[in-house]
Amino acid sequence: MPRVGLFIPCYIDQFYPDVGLATLEVLEQHGCEVDYPAAQTCCGQPMANTGCTDAAVPLAERMINVFAPYDYVVAPSGSCVAMVREHYTDLLPLTNKLQEFQAKTFELCEFLTDVLKVDSISGSFPYKVGVHQSCHGLRELRLARSSETVGDDFDKARQLLKSLDGISFAELTRTDECCGFGGTFAVHEEAVSCMMGRDRLADHRAAGTEVLTAGDMSCLMHLNGLNQRHAQPFPVMHIAQILAGRQPEGITPVNSTDGSVA
Amino acid sequence: MAGHAQLADKFVANEERAQWHDKSLWFVRHKRDNISHSIPEWETLRETASQVKLHTVAHLAQYLEEFETNAKKLGVTVHWASNAAEHNEIVLSILQEHNVKRVVKSKSMLTEECHLNPHLEAAGMEVVDTDLGERIVQLRKEPPSHIVLPAIHIKKEEVGEVFHEHLGTEAGASDPGYLTEAARQHLRENFLAADAGITGVNFGIASTGGIVVCTNEGNADLGTALPNLHIACMGIEKLIPSPDHLSLYTRLLARSATGQPITTYTSHFHGPKPGGEMHIVLVDNGRSDILGSDDFRRSLSCIRCGACMNTCPVYRRSGGHSYQSTVPGPIGSILGPSQNAKEHSSLPFACSLCGSCTDVCPVKIDLHHQLLTWRKEIYVRGLLPFSKTFPMKVMSKVFQRPGLYAFGGKVARKALRLMPRWMIYNPLNGWGRQRDLPEAPKESFRDLYKKRKK
Ligand code: SF4
Repeated sequence: MPRVGLFIPCYIDQFYPDVGLATLEVLEQHGCEVDYPAAQTCCGQPMANTGCTDAAVPLAERMINVFAPYDYVVAPSGSCVAMVREHYTDLLPLTNKLQEFQAKTFELCEFLTDVLKVDSISGSFPYKVGVHQSCHGLRELRLARSSETVGDDFDKARQLLKSLDGISFAELTRTDECCGFGGTFAVHEEAVSCMMGRDRLADHRAAGTEVLTAGDMSCLMHLNGLNQRHAQPFPVMHIAQILAGRQPEGITPVNSTDGSVA
Repeated sequence: MAGHAQLADKFVANEERAQWHDKSLWFVRHKRDNISHSIPEWETLRETASQVKLHTVAHLAQYLEEFETNAKKLGVTVHWASNAAEHNEIVLSILQEHNVKRVVKSKSMLTEECHLNPHLEAAGMEVVDTDLGERIVQLRKEPPSHIVLPAIHIKKEEVGEVFHEHLGTEAGASDPGYLTEAARQHLRENFLAADAGITGVNFGIASTGGIVVCTNEGNADLGTALPNLHIACMGIEKLIPSPDHLSLYTRLLARSATGQPITTYTSHFHGPKPGGEMHIVLVDNGRSDILGSDDFRRSLSCIRCGACMNTCPVYRRSGGHSYQSTVPGPIGSILGPSQNAKEHSSLPFACSLCGSCTDVCPVKIDLHHQLLTWRKEIYVRGLLPFSKTFPMKVMSKVFQRPGLYAFGGKVARKALRLMPRWMIYNPLNGWGRQRDLPEAPKESFRDLYKKRKK
């Protein structure tokens, strides 16, 4: 039984506790022994992305120590995992300890598909789902093929979602454009950030998205922030919640195959 | 000086225009996707093109010497300029030696970077930009807003207005065919009247000493075929080792830039035309500083296709002028601070770090990583405002103490639940103007986890 240390990003801990629970449940359902070390806080991404690397270094060091005892570290966030795996080397000297930590840290979907080799998830989710590709998951962790690159198609999140009964997918005109969150960018470049988010939502509305999902709650926090100001907001769920069997609130299931929209 | 965010704010305020700008550029990005996806070996091409450029830049001194020797053998006069002022002086003195009054110039971002036009105009010369987009922005007395599509920010109705004023076209005309024909006639006269032609350089070939210029309008060809004097202005990073490498770049350039299989005119210049004179001005202007930097050297591989601009969701929604640098968009946000970090300190932050530029770049420059590195540089050099650094320092201190973090979280969530809406959504809350905050739950995940374990 792999011993998994659950890495719950700080804002999920504070604002979206159910996403953490759902992650825990999915991992347990697939045979992991999961533990949440309470000494963890934040991976340091906001500081590093603002350029304040000296403020990020102690947080990165803390993460490595906190998660040292585990076989794997799994987080419901492509962005935070990308921070660890792709950017900790910008902050810290490349020691064995750091390399080990980077090699055992995974985003939830990739951990399920690549490490646990899960090829189907049981359950039912009879909705037209709009999958938001988070940029860091996409272009840093390569959880799917990005639209700019040429090669075979793959998409780890959809691979898992598609086995759910009744699920269908909204096909966007811009498959993987950024939602505009970008951490502190969302505040410092508010005008562009919000326009980007509104455009993503418009694409989803046009494609008939009934439930919006993503592997990163930060993108969803930004999108839903805008969505809530819209006359008809649609429900937003983290992919862990869908995989754990949660159902969306506020809409009734429709038979997605007959094309009707709730 | 207003930073990128303030100028972007103004651009987005006219949402209709920002939408139109975004869609025009997305159209080009989409064309690029279609055509690059028709080449199965695309990623191999990119990788090879990247390696060749990195190799060339690593041996730049040697290739430059080789280029100079071979260009001279072809009868070309080669000049060296260490900065923009020297470049402008050299060009001016060549023109003055030949008693030039009228110059036609094809598109060259280098001469934009050096502000050549005003320099020549101050000496009493008339300089006409012959690329259609360049001519439009020149008539409007504006800098280009994009390196491949210099007038992408201007609508056809606005082109009609400019042409009405300067070229005497009918008032209110906006038909692209009609306007293009008017521009063609106008430019024809200028080509015929010109005493000298200035071009940029897309590729300099070390082993032959020749240069290659790519245009879609043939204006570089007309501008060099008619007058007897041709001056080519070239950044020192434009070299490739040999003609064998050229096809890599010609295949990638047009596809990445506009979604065309190849530029309409890919013209090779190997020496002056019979009876004519050809000069090449090799310009450094900060490039050897970039060459000396491990962090940013890779930005010298850029072939100026503009794909990173077309794909950049920030550029598309804020317009090229919001960058206030000759080269805008992702690559401009690296080159700008390399030239003047203080002046361009906001550019590396005009980026959501989505990485689309890195994936689209035909020579695989890791643009978004270099932008992140620039953020650190800006901070280290003390150019980041206190309002940005202070919260990060405080957060870091809190996050170093899990107990304090958990307690602070609890207090903040409680405050958010209890505070009336007007107190949360105030003008100081940059998040809340257009977006709702997430609902603050009573218990954090760590609280729930503790309970679940019991
Ligand atoms: S950085 Fe890459 S994508 Fe951008 S202009 Fe240069 S070559 Fe093109």
